[in-house]
Amino acid sequence: MSEETNAAAGTKTRQPALEGWFTLNQDQPHLIGNQCNRCGTYYFPRARHFCKNPACDGEQFDDVELSRTGRVWSFTNAEYQPPPPYVAAEPFVPFTIAAVELAKEKMIVLGQVVAGVNPSDLKAGMEMELVLDTLFEDDSAEHITWKWKPVASNHHES
Amino acid sequence: MSHDIAILGVGMHPWGKWGRNFTEYGVKAARDALADSGVAWQDIGFVSGAATMRCGYPGYVAGATFAQALGWQGAEVNTSYAACASGSQALAAARSKILSGACEVALVVGADTTPKGFLAPQKGERPDDPDWVRFRLGITNPTYFALYARRRMEMYGDTQDDFARVKVKNAEHGFENPNARYRKKFTADDVAASNMVADPLRLMDICATSDGGAALVVSSLEYARKIGRGDAVKVAAISTVTPTYASAVIEMPDIATDSAAVVEAHSFRAALPVKAYEEAGISPQDVSVAEVYDLSTALELDWMEDLQLCERGQAARLVRDGVTKVGGRLPVNPSGGLACFGEAVPAQAIAQVCELTWQLRGQAGARQVNNAQVGITANQGLFGHGSSVILKR
Ligand SMILES: [Zn+2]
Repeated sequence: MSEETNAAAGTKTRQPALEGWFTLNQDQPHLIGNQCNRCGTYYFPRARHFCKNPACDGEQFDDVELSRTGRVWSFTNAEYQPPPPYVAAEPFVPFTIAAVELAKEKMIVLGQVVAGVNPSDLKAGMEMELVLDTLFEDDSAEHITWKWKPVASNHHES
Repeated sequence: MSHDIAILGVGMHPWGKWGRNFTEYGVKAARDALADSGVAWQDIGFVSGAATMRCGYPGYVAGATFAQALGWQGAEVNTSYAACASGSQALAAARSKILSGACEVALVVGADTTPKGFLAPQKGERPDDPDWVRFRLGITNPTYFALYARRRMEMYGDTQDDFARVKVKNAEHGFENPNARYRKKFTADDVAASNMVADPLRLMDICATSDGGAALVVSSLEYARKIGRGDAVKVAAISTVTPTYASAVIEMPDIATDSAAVVEAHSFRAALPVKAYEEAGISPQDVSVAEVYDLSTALELDWMEDLQLCERGQAARLVRDGVTKVGGRLPVNPSGGLACFGEAVPAQAIAQVCELTWQLRGQAGARQVNNAQVGITANQGLFGHGSSVILKR
């Protein structure tokens, strides 16, 4: 469905800005991590070769889709244009960043927050969900990444 | 057996953006430290350099570079690299030589020349490199400092005014320090008027990078007594421990913390001083003065709590009450800290020890901490490097 939408909107292809870091399901995207099959520790990005748990000598990992919701640990924004390899739009538009704690994996994951959400809209503990959105566009493609978005219930009253 | 060694001499080249070869700063600092110690260069048995990664091959072999510049005299040399903890690792190498009896008196030197402008990541597409990935996603160094700062605001009710108070205090301290790069007093209004970089941190909340050099002459206690310096300030502990898996705090340049689903999460910053206190047999209540790595104003508050100088969440209150100012009960960053120096990576941890030495000797002039008996340093850098050093009289 998303491909049809894009085809209607233009000719650019959608491609992940980071290959293999997240699923491409537009409605229910997940970060792709993995899990040590000896001790069960989760990894994002995916572990290769060795488990980092000092009590474990595991070397085999199974891919897992990480929880796609979590709670805000902290947040900030970027008011200045980051240096390359960040690819900025002209003119640069500041964006919000959140550190979100996943309950099951007990892991904090950084990501941009969708446009229109400012730091003043966020609070620690607020529930966030993972969405796919444009990181940058070039002549040939729209490069997509994961972003955090407040879940609708946070703004129930507004 | 005592782990103590004596600090016979300290020296620094002023911090700035001088644009000269790092060797010049290191040699100036070394000559000042030697003069301060009264030890002849020819008597130094071991030269322990802190490496710089930005000045080519001479920087990778900094110990030898300084030794050659001072004039080869047959000493042994070594070079340490441990990011922000390089200076402490160099001091630890010198202490090991001294305590093993392999040498009596050693010279520790670190110096750096920083490039103009912002530090840019290496070119090319490197999706396997976490540093490349985070910059691709727009996550810069200030992002991490701002996340820690905002976390304090959310957890403890700290405010941007509290962070500004740290800057104002450190600027007052640095105003009195001839080695500081920025010697200007600022008001809270000045801080509030500076541009927002990463909410809630403004330009004046975040430290710059600088050129600078610092050096120490250290010896066995026996050697110190032999030359009539039995009263010298002593290094009572050096902690350079690595983190313990799993990380509790998101660390630069990572995009995620470790998972604490299977093992407990640990704070690296909090772990660093624990070993130092144990090794010194000194408790946080004994500390009279601290030099901590204020990469941001808010980070100074984190460090105060990590050093157990106050309860979690109480650091801002201490700053509000003037406790951490020179003249207060527990001054923090009497040198002016990174706020007034800017970071000169391989020299910074050594500069912290220089400042505490002057404080413990009572030679810090207008920024002198009253009756300083015990001082502690703390810093943290990339890739699991960090350090905490305790000095005592
Ligand atoms: Zn494992």
